[in-house]
Amino acid sequence: MTDFLQLVLSGMATGGIYALAALGFTLLWQASGTINFAQGEFVMLPAFTMLGLIAVGMPLWVSFLVTSVLAVFVLGWAFKRGIADPLLKFGMMPIVVATIGLAIAMRNGIRAGFTAEAHPFPSLFSDKLFNVAGVTITLIDLGTLAMSLVLVLGTQAFLAKTVTGRAMQAVAQNTDSATVLGINVPRMIFYTFAINALLACAAALLITPTYLAKFDMGEALGTKAFFAAIIGGFNNSRGALLGGLIVGVAENLASAYISPAYKDAVALIVFMLVILFRPQGLLGKKEERKV
Amino acid sequence: MKKSLVLGVLGLLVLIAVPAFLKNYGIYLFSYWLVFVIANMGLNLTIGYAGQKSLGHAAFFGIGAYTVAILMKAGVSFWLGLPIAVIGCFVIGLGLGFPALRVQTIYLAFATLGFNTAVWLVMRNEEWLTGGTFGINNIARPSLFGLSLAKNLSYYYFILAMTLVLGALMWKLLNSPWGKAFTALRDNPIRAESLGVNIQAYTLLSFAIGAAYAGAAGALFASLVEFIEPAPFTVGASIMMYLMVVVGGSGYFFGPLIGSAVGVLLPEWLRFAQGWYLFVFGSAVVLLMLWLPDGLLSIPDRIKAKRLAREASAARAADAAAIGGKP
Repeated sequence: MTDFLQLVLSGMATGGIYALAALGFTLLWQASGTINFAQGEFVMLPAFTMLGLIAVGMPLWVSFLVTSVLAVFVLGWAFKRGIADPLLKFGMMPIVVATIGLAIAMRNGIRAGFTAEAHPFPSLFSDKLFNVAGVTITLIDLGTLAMSLVLVLGTQAFLAKTVTGRAMQAVAQNTDSATVLGINVPRMIFYTFAINALLACAAALLITPTYLAKFDMGEALGTKAFFAAIIGGFNNSRGALLGGLIVGVAENLASAYISPAYKDAVALIVFMLVILFRPQGLLGKKEERKV
Repeated sequence: MKKSLVLGVLGLLVLIAVPAFLKNYGIYLFSYWLVFVIANMGLNLTIGYAGQKSLGHAAFFGIGAYTVAILMKAGVSFWLGLPIAVIGCFVIGLGLGFPALRVQTIYLAFATLGFNTAVWLVMRNEEWLTGGTFGINNIARPSLFGLSLAKNLSYYYFILAMTLVLGALMWKLLNSPWGKAFTALRDNPIRAESLGVNIQAYTLLSFAIGAAYAGAAGALFASLVEFIEPAPFTVGASIMMYLMVVVGGSGYFFGPLIGSAVGVLLPEWLRFAQGWYLFVFGSAVVLLMLWLPDGLLSIPDRIKAKRLAREASAARAADAAAIGGKP
């Protein structure tokens, strides 16, 4: 039983990080219809940027701030202007292929230009252990979970409570009406891209201490984020959190109790069940066919 | 029409003549390319003509390859293994089509991606059947009417012949009422349905036929490389196939031919960039999409559209001059 609780908790910590990546992914999709196949690489790149900045002597938090600013510019603004904007009007296929190309380029650019090895990454939290009623809890797991919850719920609150957030939601729901209402649509879409970039930086900060910085770390992370987003509901931001936690916990339990070899299959089975029985996702709203 | 016939004959002559002068590796690359052309023809039907989304094509490619390899290890002839692989993939493809009846767009893409992961996990983990990560080696090449295809060049000609046969079949299919039904399904499923096209059946068929092509390609691939393991059949491989079809021009008959060349031959050609070659490749794909979102084969259409626009404006200018020139 204590093992079980430990596994659930560490699974939730990983799941929280999946949720960050998944949330950015759903936001981009809702606001602009962009499907970003480089989402995992959007986490990998900030991880290496932070490592580089730490190597030149910056403390972790400064390097995080600098990386965030850079990310908003490169992964937010430049990505939107350079790739998403010109391609979105041609439908889904070109943007999917362009982001696949982008992912290949980013991954192999880091491998060739920087390093192919896995690098350790300083953690925000010390590796302290707590013992609560026989259950061993690491501070890293607890802190990671808390941080990701705060970030996801914070993003939620921003979208639901502030004027800007509500304008962004309006754009996501119906771009034409939003324009008529005098909302600056392109700016709201840019905000979405910026938030996606910031969430990716946060995910990098949280996941890299455990999973190490490696050029191909984004591959698995990206897929998990997609699964999490769809399990939770692609058109619902809260779904990303639920989906992320489900994937993280299910995966952890499966590798302990069933077989580590089929660890990756668990997220998949949950995902398939959701697709077959509730295609709109656990929390999503059904989209009707339009003529 | 005549010009394209001449072009086709020339292309065929190149495909027949050039490999005879190449070393083994060059012949291997040509064979490898044609195998992907066959697989991508199937994918082009699924995504380009029928407008479905599939990121699981490499799974069928793998199923075809493993079917032939396992059967041949059990002593079954290649000539029996090949049709079994094709039919097997057709049936499984039909099964994969069912999620497509329930979900569309991105959901469908990820459902197929999930299917691919599942198949790959079985290939990697079920050692008793697939040999796990050690794979299956010493897969023999078949012989045809007593003619051995063991030599690289003769096996290449066999693959070329298969490509031509399968290509002709695809051409026939696309120009039949079925082909029209597929494009109707892509362009407007609701209108297609109201015109009496059984969209359920055609959605399933587009997956099944696409999968059957991948199965045939996989069977040829197993004998080509003579050793298979799970690595060429990952989700990454499926994504590459999708990329090849779109880059070549999805919904263009010759798209897979060009796209596969980009996906298979371009990385080889970029080897001069050494460690950077995949970086260059990825960046090239991004730039290509920005320049030609409809793929490389949209170039002729573009030139044509430009010429028509130019002629129209010239005609307008002439008209204006004629009117203005009158006293």
